[in-house]
Amino acid sequence: MSLVEAVDLNVWFAGGRVHAVRDASLRLEPGRCLALVGESGSGKSALARSLLGLAGPTATVTAGELRIAGQDTRGFGPRDWRKVRGRHVGLVSQDALVALDPLRPIGAEITESLLAHRTVPRNKVGERVVDLLTRVGVPEPEERARQYVHQLSGGLRQRALIASAIAAEPGILIADEPTTALDAAVQARVLALLDELKEQGTGLLLISHDLAVVEALADEVAVMRHGVIVETGPTDRVLDDPRHEYTRELLAAVPGTRPRPPRGPLAKGDPLLTVTGVVKRFGARTAVAGADFTLRPGETLGLVGESGSGKTTLARVVLGMAAPDEGTVLLDGAPWSGVPERARRSRRRTIQLIPQDPLSAVDPRWPVSRVVGEALAATGVPRAERTARTVLLLERVGLTPDLLDRRPAALSGGQRQRVAIARALAPQPKLLVCDEPVSALDVSVQAQVLDLLRRLQEELGLATLFISHDLAVVREVCDRVMVMKDGVVVESGPVEDVFAGPAHPYTKALLDAVPRRARTAHEPAQERL
Amino acid sequence: MRGVLARLVSAALVVWAAATCAFLVLQLIPGDPVYAIVGSDALVSEEQHERIREEYGLDQPLVAQYLNYVVRLATFRFGESYQLQQPVSTVLADQLWPTVQLALAATVLAPLLAVLVAVATSGRAAWPRRVAAAVELVVVSTPSFWLGIMLLTIFSFRLGWLPVAETGGVASLVLPTITLALPIAAVLTQVMREGLLSALDQPFAVTARARGVPETAVRYRHALRHSAIPALTMAGWFTGTLLGGAVIVENVFARPGIGRITLQAVGDRDLPVVQGVVALSAVVFVAVAALIDVLYAVVDPRLRRRTGVQAI
Repeated sequence: MSLVEAVDLNVWFAGGRVHAVRDASLRLEPGRCLALVGESGSGKSALARSLLGLAGPTATVTAGELRIAGQDTRGFGPRDWRKVRGRHVGLVSQDALVALDPLRPIGAEITESLLAHRTVPRNKVGERVVDLLTRVGVPEPEERARQYVHQLSGGLRQRALIASAIAAEPGILIADEPTTALDAAVQARVLALLDELKEQGTGLLLISHDLAVVEALADEVAVMRHGVIVETGPTDRVLDDPRHEYTRELLAAVPGTRPRPPRGPLAKGDPLLTVTGVVKRFGARTAVAGADFTLRPGETLGLVGESGSGKTTLARVVLGMAAPDEGTVLLDGAPWSGVPERARRSRRRTIQLIPQDPLSAVDPRWPVSRVVGEALAATGVPRAERTARTVLLLERVGLTPDLLDRRPAALSGGQRQRVAIARALAPQPKLLVCDEPVSALDVSVQAQVLDLLRRLQEELGLATLFISHDLAVVREVCDRVMVMKDGVVVESGPVEDVFAGPAHPYTKALLDAVPRRARTAHEPAQERL
Repeated sequence: MRGVLARLVSAALVVWAAATCAFLVLQLIPGDPVYAIVGSDALVSEEQHERIREEYGLDQPLVAQYLNYVVRLATFRFGESYQLQQPVSTVLADQLWPTVQLALAATVLAPLLAVLVAVATSGRAAWPRRVAAAVELVVVSTPSFWLGIMLLTIFSFRLGWLPVAETGGVASLVLPTITLALPIAAVLTQVMREGLLSALDQPFAVTARARGVPETAVRYRHALRHSAIPALTMAGWFTGTLLGGAVIVENVFARPGIGRITLQAVGDRDLPVVQGVVALSAVVFVAVAALIDVLYAVVDPRLRRRTGVQAI
């Protein structure tokens, strides 16, 4: 018996105005993993949520057939759905920091799942919570059960979330971008756990925009676009021999699968930025323990490391937003650290930041013209010229002037990031600091934004400090790479050398954590170099 | 330990600042305090006038009066009431209990009402929310004295269910409590409903629903606690409203209490009593602020490390 059998499933939102899922059919078997792949807005989450009866208060769901664990769910009321949720279908969302209640200990969250369906007698609940945490590989489960999400690492949080989803032993597990918020190494371990659950007989419905994750886990893939399943088939077949145009586009856009574009010789000349022996401490914790590097005009340096490795702190020192406790930063030959802000302000235009999430980095109430105009005003462009200059900047980043009056919420993710780039270019900087500039974007948009960044570097001769946890992305855009772990730069060198022969065990571990397809795609590229 | 010490120092500073403000403001009131002491229409001879000035220290320079006042405050001597011929501490102590009763009752009733209404009206249907919002707006914009008079008219005069004035029993506490609590409950409800709705939109609420937890349980078990955080932020305002509200409510319902004494003292320019009330209010505010900080830590575990409070 199939765990899920959906035929011609449709989901509408907003009283029928938005048709989010169109005639989707899918089937899920025990011990198998079906992956729904698509970009944001493709309807994959709406489809998955409708299997829980949680498509949302404004959603209308119709189906030719919708059987979950053998029950026909058409005409289910709230009470019937509650019996299905958690008991037959479990949900693991992305980012456990917000998907688990931050005000309750994780033990209480798991307990809630256990008591919701009374699968375990009340006096056995404590024992069962510890069992579950042990099962998902959380060390010291008794102690952890009393802790809150913010006290746990990203990996442990996600495990706790999985424990709460499987507590009432559902046969079906919906994993909605289960590893998106995680670092590469942690991601691999969480994927291994999901794989283990699958081996034990759980039917896994994986939702992901990350094809590498899909490949690691899924037996079958359904590719969605604009609410339609455009292609479905066994994972290997779909990824190796995509039949639909859109699938081919998606695959081509995956960072790391694209050939590394040819690069000129490493930049020569006087360094624009010189960082010498920078140490930054927060109380007893050393965030950056001695970083040395230089950056020349036209050069791109990748800064790789997991969250908490100190890469963002180092970037803040470079930006002049944090003062180093030891060491110096020179910008354009003149001291940049250890001077009063007054002396720095006129030179700030030299360095600009491109943030990770442009939605939170621009004022949501400001139209594009004002976002870019403010940056122009700060560098003394007279009001009369600002609009014309803004239009030029927008064109430079591949946007049309009709977006001038749009507010950030009315832009797509890629457009927003382009606006953020235009804003960063407004003061005509020499150095860009990109903090995970594409990690919040869909793959095809990622590829476009990376292309744009690369083009701008070439055209404008910009030096770039490129921070990322994604090795595939770094490989694509950087000349040199620096790997950080626990505040220490453990390895640095030209990208080709570091990727071909990583010297430090940590770099090796990071490379191993890159899923297989992205890795095999590297090899021919490396031969060409 | 250092935290506690810092707290005490800042508490002392707040009380001192409030007392100083009260002292300065009272100096600005025109007229001779001697007339306030003997009653303005009494005829006072030059000699008696001087004697009174001396007795109350009013002949000394302002700075000396101020220092004297601060020292007395620091040693908990508030002086004698001009009008009542009793020590201020006795006056306040006598009037404290009725006000505390009233304030506590309102402190229990207002959040209770707010929680019930907010939870009941944060569901999917929009119409209960609209009705509640309209009622809240009316309650918030009605002056307390009018609310009190309307309640009296309906429940005491017309229906005769509840006593008109203080009788010492619980029944006489009902209407004053409602009058004091309703405006607070109305504002709290709005804040809590907003908090509930935004918490119910959070991913953890979806996770809870996906466990098969009923909607009401999602609200009570998860969202309510999140909505308590913005509500706690209102607590300073809450305390002010209770104290200010007590003045009105005690007068409308002819109840004894600090509020009534305050109004009387201000009217009679009974400076020692006013100063005593100000000092008392400052202490209450400081105590409430400390309590709120503890409550924050109880509600939100993420704040526990910073305050050093261990809870639950």
